[in-house]
Amino acid sequence: MSRPNPITPGLVIGLLAAVAFGAAIPHLVTDFTTYQFTLAMIYGIALLGLNILTGYNGQFSVGHSAFYAVGAYTAAILLYHFEWNHYATIPAAALVTFFFGFLFGLPALRLEGLYLALATFALAVATPQLLKFDLFEHWTGGVQGLFVLKPDPLIEGLSQDQSLYYVTLGIMLFLMIVAWTILRSRSGRAIMAIRDNPIAASTMGVNTALYKTTTFGISAMYTGVAGALSVFVTEFVSPDAFNFFLAVNLLVGSVVGGIVSIPGVIFGGLFLVFIPNYAQDISRLYPWVPPPWAIFGIFLILVVYFAPYGVWGGVERIRAWTQRRAKG
Amino acid sequence: MRFKTLLAATAATLLAGAAQADSTGITDTSIKIGNTSPYSGPASAYGVIGKTHTAYFAMVNRNGGIKGRTIDFISLDDGYSPPRTVEQARKLVEQEKVAFTFQTLGTPTNSAIHRYMNAKKVPHLFVATGASKWGHPEQYPWTMGFQPTYDVEGEIYAKYALDQVKDPKIAILFQNDDYGKDYRDGFLRGLGDKKDLVVSMLPYETTDPTVDSQIVAMKDSGANIFFNVTTPKFAAQAIRKSCEIGWKPLHLLNNVSSSVGATLKPAGLDCSTGIITAQWQRDPTDPQWFETEGYKEWAAFMKAEIPDGDLSDVNYAYGYSGSRLLHHVLENCEDWTREGIMGCAANVKDLQLPMVLPGILVNTSPTDFYPIQAEQLSKFDGEKWVLFGEVIDASE
Repeated sequence: MSRPNPITPGLVIGLLAAVAFGAAIPHLVTDFTTYQFTLAMIYGIALLGLNILTGYNGQFSVGHSAFYAVGAYTAAILLYHFEWNHYATIPAAALVTFFFGFLFGLPALRLEGLYLALATFALAVATPQLLKFDLFEHWTGGVQGLFVLKPDPLIEGLSQDQSLYYVTLGIMLFLMIVAWTILRSRSGRAIMAIRDNPIAASTMGVNTALYKTTTFGISAMYTGVAGALSVFVTEFVSPDAFNFFLAVNLLVGSVVGGIVSIPGVIFGGLFLVFIPNYAQDISRLYPWVPPPWAIFGIFLILVVYFAPYGVWGGVERIRAWTQRRAKG
Repeated sequence: MRFKTLLAATAATLLAGAAQADSTGITDTSIKIGNTSPYSGPASAYGVIGKTHTAYFAMVNRNGGIKGRTIDFISLDDGYSPPRTVEQARKLVEQEKVAFTFQTLGTPTNSAIHRYMNAKKVPHLFVATGASKWGHPEQYPWTMGFQPTYDVEGEIYAKYALDQVKDPKIAILFQNDDYGKDYRDGFLRGLGDKKDLVVSMLPYETTDPTVDSQIVAMKDSGANIFFNVTTPKFAAQAIRKSCEIGWKPLHLLNNVSSSVGATLKPAGLDCSTGIITAQWQRDPTDPQWFETEGYKEWAAFMKAEIPDGDLSDVNYAYGYSGSRLLHHVLENCEDWTREGIMGCAANVKDLQLPMVLPGILVNTSPTDFYPIQAEQLSKFDGEKWVLFGEVIDASE
């Protein structure tokens, strides 16, 4: 019996509409808001990495800030010390973070659940210090960090912010398609089988060790690409930006968007960028409102309670419900 | 007659064209001022500085504003994270359209927006950090520092130590970030060619639980001079530990941790006797200032505007000094445009701020973007800091 073709007309139309909307945004809002949307997409790419590892492969990571940092610093060092072309640093950052992710995945094989979480936590905590370490200071700039410049617009007539938005949009869509392809393939089924029942998976002949370490590598690579893009947008890297708080934020974003989803990462990214800002604006306007981080926390609790599969989980439930209604 | 009118009209047009200076954020009745502060995150103790500014300008507004304009002070949280500072600064400049930013806090955070503010030609005034890089109007004409710089303070200690101790052997404990390294590098520079007198130089992280092991190692190194570059919690630990193990070097404590209430009391007033620090502010826990006009003014402000504020927290005094300086600059400024305000900020002469040490005056000029550059050494006598020597003006 053949599987139904996933590429339905509905999917294609939805996708095209979303891409068209995304492409229109920089022309509808200010440069600053465009920059905020770019940041949201960058987070989205980072969250995609985390989703692949934690949502689809069941390996818990509270340490993705480390891979984000590695990607960012790879790009920054290549730009600052070696004056590479901006866009060339992205595949370089991808390779380097894949390597580190794979390397970390090896000892991680022996750890499950809580213990893996602790190991990734240790990685996240160590990262800022390693970046400040005297031995690497010549390369990393130590506590002073490194300055880079935004890339020039790719197309005449666009501002730097707009150009960066489109580059990020393109990369995000490309990476989403790649992730979707992997997860729909046999490898994807193996990856998910390892999450659902590792013993059954290995009994069926899945090389769990290879899949787990490779998934770690791919996950790190996605987050590393996001880190590299973040350097273009912020024009500055410094060690304290990549602390444990970032790792927690990434996990929060994944959960809010839907940790077992690909499109959900967009919502996760939007949440991470816009909710703290709105919370702060509301707090300033209405003094009786609780402080911004309390609002953020309340919002998070509501999401976890009412929509544990995140925004995209909610979308899928609505879709399933409407399909049931349609069938009568 | 008609020629004169034409001439006058032309002159007026040219003048108007020249004075087409940037008045973003400034109207006849209000001015928007932006700020980023760490209200959350590891440096949130400094959030009270932003809180002080907010309270100060609310008070000013109730009293009619400055030159008839209300102050719309917008202070955003950046969590001491440079990427967030970038985001909030862009929001202030591009969305809120503030006239300028004032006392944005932190070294890495201000570093992240340094070039942006200058590229956008928005005054980046009185940055709340002691790093040495903010006073370079040739390259960054829109950024101005505020407090005496860490590296100059370090130099002052080095010169004093070499002067006071025969056969000096120096130990340095420093926080492993830009602030710690700035002090350390200034100190080393002050040693000149005598850098080999440093027998022990040890860092620590803000996430470390204690610095006890570093202190023990320093005693073992035989050092008789201790340059202590730590924030209050760690300074107290360092003082207490050296006392415990009987290590009594010439103790040079960085000004950042010189508060009696925040550091010396927890460390033990007996243990703290003899410690030297360089001061530029009036320590709000030091009774010798209680009867002075400056202290009374500040205490009255705190009582009226921030009643739950901790009067032993020098950060409130710091914020007050910043606010008073800005108030003075705006009040004495004729040209309320971005360029004009920048020019007025670069034209402060001999201003005594209420909570700054008497005799340490604010001075700026188009080539001097370091408003406060003098410090005075003081020694702790078990109860209070006793100033000695001359006010050391580092503006040479």
